[in-house]
Amino acid sequence: MLNLLIDLYISFFLVGLVCVGGGYASVPLIQKQVIDLHGWLTVQEFMDIFAISQMTPGPIGINAATFVGTKLAGVAGAVAATLGFVTPSVLIMSVLAYIFAKYGDVGPVRGILNGLRPAVVALIGGAALVFTAMVVFGDVGIRGLPERINFCNAAVVLIAYVIVKKKILGVIHTLLVSGLLGLLFNSLAAFFRG
Amino acid sequence: MAAEQQKSFYWELFKSTFLISAFTVGGGYVIIPLLKAKFVDQYHWLEDKEALDMVSLAQTAPGVVAVNASIIMGLRMAGWAGMLTALFATVLPPLVTISLIAYCYDFAVGNTYVHYCLEGMQCGATAIIIDVAYNLLRKEAKKKLFLPLAIIAGTFAANYILDLNIMYIILFNALLGCFFMQGTRYN
Repeated sequence: MLNLLIDLYISFFLVGLVCVGGGYASVPLIQKQVIDLHGWLTVQEFMDIFAISQMTPGPIGINAATFVGTKLAGVAGAVAATLGFVTPSVLIMSVLAYIFAKYGDVGPVRGILNGLRPAVVALIGGAALVFTAMVVFGDVGIRGLPERINFCNAAVVLIAYVIVKKKILGVIHTLLVSGLLGLLFNSLAAFFRG
Repeated sequence: MAAEQQKSFYWELFKSTFLISAFTVGGGYVIIPLLKAKFVDQYHWLEDKEALDMVSLAQTAPGVVAVNASIIMGLRMAGWAGMLTALFATVLPPLVTISLIAYCYDFAVGNTYVHYCLEGMQCGATAIIIDVAYNLLRKEAKKKLFLPLAIIAGTFAANYILDLNIMYIILFNALLGCFFMQGTRYN
């Protein structure tokens, strides 16, 4: 049992280490490790995790680690795999934070960060467009033409935006109120549609 | 910080990170704008630029970008204890959810009302991301500098229109910054 836990920890340590690019860019890398190299999951199971990740909290890497760990060794396995997966992040981010604190103010490190900061702004801006398209038009991506408009969702986005803009509620209360509005509007719409 | 204050800081950090992680679906660039809205705009634990620098660093390293970002923001705000608090709070919701999913997945995802609620929360997250993105873009536009604006437009086009691998885009921008953007006006 202990051997299995250590094996899970080390394997997911390696997955975490090679999982570069974040988000969907890392999906093929995780797939290679857990399906091709170790045979821990079938393709079907991996597809299921991918689908589940679209509807549950957390990045797909953590979800895959937890799922494989649970399947092979219960809760202890889930914890071992997840810890293994995040250990490289902790080590590397600590080093980067040290470098940032020491050399971050001037010179090449400052230049690199100045070059990367607008890129992060662009990625956040892109995420805003992608998510608006997804919830309002039910269309993943920003290039597709809208087929229908989900008026319930559009209304929730608008109300939530006003709440955030006017600083009426904090982040978490805004999410909770949005959840309740989604429930209310969609239930009413379903009721009147019959 | 006084002991009482410190205790409430860590509790607040844990609580807000845990709830953001639990209520957001998809990870990555969904969770980062929300953390930014909370830590920078609401609590002022970090400055605007600091937070973006942290996310830039998180983006360059292997691993999951949301996890990397919470690790380094926690480290920046309160050292090792802050890092462990933020990391634990980010990882716990997916860990618990996926472990439980075998038992109640059908109910949770199949139930119409749960689905409506989740959809509403996604709309709320979208509104917050729009707000964060709008404020950041306005700030960059006000500086009226060519290179940052060109990087924003180029990164957007390369990532969302040309579908280039994000690592190449990051590498290109890092080189560009390293050679041409060391001046203080770009800080």
